[in-house]
Amino acid sequence: MLELKPERFDLRDYNEQRVTISGRSMIADRSGALYWPSEDALIIADMHLEKSSHFARKGQMLPPYDTRATLMALAEAIDKFEAENIIALGDSFHDIEGPSRMQPEDREILSLLQEDRDWCWITGNHDAILPETLRGHVVNELSVGGLKLRHEPAAGPATHELAGHLHPAAKISLYGHALRRPCFAGNGRRMVLPAFGAFTGGLNVLDKAFQPIFGNDGFNVCMMGHEGLYPVATRLLRED
Amino acid sequence: MHLAQPVTNKALSNRDIRMAKAATKRRSRRKPATAASVLPQPIADWFDARGWSLRRHQLALLEKAQTGRDTLLIAPTGAGKTLAGFLPSLIDLLSEDWRAQDGYAQELHTLYVSPLKALAVDVARNLTGPVDEMGLDVTIETRSADTSVAKRTRQRTKPPNILLTTPEQIALLLSHEDAPRLFSTLKAIVLDELHALVASKRGDLLALNLARLRKLAPGVRVTGLSATVARPSELRAYIARQPTPDDHVALADVLATGGGVEPDISILEGDDSLPWSGHTARYAVGAMYQAIKGHRLSLLFVNTRSQAEMLFHELWRINDDTLPIALHHGSLDAGQRRKVEAAMAAGQLKAVVATSTLDLGIDWGDIDLVINVGAPKGASRLLQRIGRANHRLDEPSKALLVPSNRFEVLECRAALDAAREGSQDAVLNRTGTLDVLAQHVMATACAGPFGADELFHEVRSAAPYCELDRQTFERIIDFVATGGYALRAYERYARLRLTDDGRWRLSHPRLASQHRLNSGTIVEAPRIKVRVVRARGKDSKRTSFRGGKVLGELDEYFIGELKYGDTFLFSGQVLRFEGMFETEAYVTRTTSSNPTVPSYLGGKFPLSTHLAVRVRALLEDRESWRGLPQPVQNWLQLQDEQSLLPDALGVLVETFPRNDKYYLIVYPFEGRLAHQTLGMLLTRRLQRAKALPLGFVANDYGIAIWCGRDIGAHLQDGTIDLNELFEEDMLGDDLDAWLSESMLMKRTFRGCATIAGLIERRHPGKEKSGRQMTASSDLIFDVLRQHDPGHILLEAAWADTASGLLDIKRLGDFLQRIQGRIRHVGLERVSPLAVPLLLEIGAVSVGRQTADDLLRANFDLLTDADELIDEL
Repeated sequence: MLELKPERFDLRDYNEQRVTISGRSMIADRSGALYWPSEDALIIADMHLEKSSHFARKGQMLPPYDTRATLMALAEAIDKFEAENIIALGDSFHDIEGPSRMQPEDREILSLLQEDRDWCWITGNHDAILPETLRGHVVNELSVGGLKLRHEPAAGPATHELAGHLHPAAKISLYGHALRRPCFAGNGRRMVLPAFGAFTGGLNVLDKAFQPIFGNDGFNVCMMGHEGLYPVATRLLRED
Repeated sequence: MHLAQPVTNKALSNRDIRMAKAATKRRSRRKPATAASVLPQPIADWFDARGWSLRRHQLALLEKAQTGRDTLLIAPTGAGKTLAGFLPSLIDLLSEDWRAQDGYAQELHTLYVSPLKALAVDVARNLTGPVDEMGLDVTIETRSADTSVAKRTRQRTKPPNILLTTPEQIALLLSHEDAPRLFSTLKAIVLDELHALVASKRGDLLALNLARLRKLAPGVRVTGLSATVARPSELRAYIARQPTPDDHVALADVLATGGGVEPDISILEGDDSLPWSGHTARYAVGAMYQAIKGHRLSLLFVNTRSQAEMLFHELWRINDDTLPIALHHGSLDAGQRRKVEAAMAAGQLKAVVATSTLDLGIDWGDIDLVINVGAPKGASRLLQRIGRANHRLDEPSKALLVPSNRFEVLECRAALDAAREGSQDAVLNRTGTLDVLAQHVMATACAGPFGADELFHEVRSAAPYCELDRQTFERIIDFVATGGYALRAYERYARLRLTDDGRWRLSHPRLASQHRLNSGTIVEAPRIKVRVVRARGKDSKRTSFRGGKVLGELDEYFIGELKYGDTFLFSGQVLRFEGMFETEAYVTRTTSSNPTVPSYLGGKFPLSTHLAVRVRALLEDRESWRGLPQPVQNWLQLQDEQSLLPDALGVLVETFPRNDKYYLIVYPFEGRLAHQTLGMLLTRRLQRAKALPLGFVANDYGIAIWCGRDIGAHLQDGTIDLNELFEEDMLGDDLDAWLSESMLMKRTFRGCATIAGLIERRHPGKEKSGRQMTASSDLIFDVLRQHDPGHILLEAAWADTASGLLDIKRLGDFLQRIQGRIRHVGLERVSPLAVPLLLEIGAVSVGRQTADDLLRANFDLLTDADELIDEL
């Protein structure tokens, strides 16, 4: 049985969702980016650029378009919010040789995006070292507007934190169909961003890895569709 | 009325014409010969000791073999085709020529290929017996994924004389550098149950392997064994080496034996309890039980695993005599299955409930009744199944058909008529798939450097690929080498490199072992082991469990739908799901008799074109109703009074209002797959026509669409035109637009990408889980579609989806056939024929939503849950 209900949906309702992290009001975007209006900052996590070429090097010829696709999605989000500050929460490249494997065109796109913008690369476990040729600041951790921005979320009941690393994904099951998509996961005090990369997989938010982050107090989830971002009730979440 | 072939006015393709010419060219001539003159002493003695003589087709095949001719032997089940296939090899293995060779005892002589490893094991058993009794010095072994690594390695250097295996194993053997030596002594290839193999990707793989084997063992003789098929010439072409350039299609010789005694088939007489819908046949369990009691050994065939579980459970519920009734399906643990098979062979069982795992020629016992539960779906499938009973040609096979609902009564009747006439479903003319070709090219490179020209000619000598063009072939090589992307980013990582002598060589030996780990043609849904555990401690907190035995494997898909505490039927018991522990699903036994999770109950196979034609004819011809059960006759009579009856060539469309919704019912009788596609395309069009379609449901017989606006009135006043609604052009842009978003296309792409080696197959225990693979293949699909829409793998996935899952060709034929033959009747309430369809709403789900449809529906669920499930 398929319910289409075309009259009930207005796509604009699902473009973005307002979220609050320790009192700071932000906008979770359907692209997987988080926009912080008071800081005019666009925050993204885990782009894993050049993941495909990493695999190709080992003999698995994944389509060489993931860097392009990821950068274009980022460009769209930057345009939408007209953000002046860009903060990448680590694992921006799949490996430390990633930057050197970029296609010249992709390099060009990246520098266009960086032009006239304040760019901050937070290092991650995949890209602990970033070359100088990459413009922008490279830091291990960043404090902005009273929040800590880091790659790996601190274990334990921390607050005032934005992080990535875990690639949160939510699974629900409806009409006999399981659906698993990347998601934002937060509890009002801290948030884990979805992986922004075109080829990045996800880890179920019910996995034990999230236990030290949110404890037993629960958390909220916004799932990414292809066309929108949808809040999903926690009781609907399924384990893998 | 002659209805054995569907009426189409499709132009004959070049290949059809060439094939028809070739078919008339050669006829087999038969010379008289006697058993004594052809059989060597030990074999002749063995025959004599049993008072047996060679059957005519066995003798004829022997002659063919001795003149080195490739031959197709068509014979019904039970005609002794397997022995016929091996006899030439046995004789040859005793000959002076063979024995003069050094180390002849460890040279491969005959390769036997079966679609099922279980069949290979069974045939090995049936062959080893006589060979031992004849005292022949011949080695016979099987090879499958279950064979130990040590044995598989040894088989490559010291093979048996006769090796029985599956297409995947041959592909693996051919990917090794020592393949030329291994196969150099090969004299004969026997392809068993060929009809079940050819129209699939495994058939494509086997065809490519055959071409390779012919290269490695020139003069090797190929024998195909098949059940009766509608168009033998396609199988003959498959076996034969196709000449290039392709001026004509080569056909192997053919030998056919007549059928045995006419089968004794009846349909279970229904009474008033004959259900309107559903697929459980629960109403007839008592009658089936009585039938089982009245026979020696009954085999009960159902179409899906869950139906098998259900029926087994129901039979045991009423098994007051504790008859030994067993269960057999592909999900069960191999050990468990072997036990059932052995018990069957030993005559310890009274009945076995089985799925298609037992369809093929396996000979396990003295079955005297076959019960086919649910609709047979195809005439040939039914004959195959019935053939399991009385494995002797001189006695009639006895079968009982048990329809599980009213529509299925019509289908059973049509199948029965077809069986009596001996008319068969056609095996489709097939074009080889590109993902399989890519896998083959990689395998060839793993065995050693190859020249493109040479390989191209070899590939084209395989019938499914005889029309392959050079450009596509080059694209496949490029795909294997660098991924074949428009953006030439990977030249420096190429897996194949052109050497100075113009041959393609693997760039690193590591790639060969990677390939062997990942090859194989069937991409099954990832499977998860089901282990029975016992909870330790009092509280049921799932902290610790004691491990028990593995019951079998289930689709990850099914497991994924379960929550802790859900109960479901598996392996004949009601089990409680306790959770996933690493790669296994833990379950505990429960005392509850009613599982909380119903399984998907639809049939696995869509109604065949041939049977569909017969069902439509049956509906139109009132005279023929007399053979139907009374409730069904009454039902059709009522339909005739209240609405119209579907006719043989056109299509009936009904509209009526019900509960604030407006229903549009279409009865094409073209099978579930074609209907789901049609339903999706019609809803898109109705949406554009502002009829507010809200959903649809499809089964094998028809489609029901419900709308928010009065669709009947729209049709009446002409705002919506039926001829436009059913215009053939819906297979163009509408189809494209929908497919690119559908989960179905993504699943197909995942299959193609895995077969072609783009993404890695999952390995039990290690590697990533199948679900993570799904995610990444979906991502790859999205990115590829956006950035490289002409990529060859997208082309392959599209062709696959169109031919298999969507039945586009069948839908196209349907749309063409009904032009000008659409009849609409506006009703005030639901018609008798529409009731079963409406009852399916809520019972089945259509797997065609896009992710966003589901997410939005979910959002709805958060706001007003009641409104969502509005029907039922």
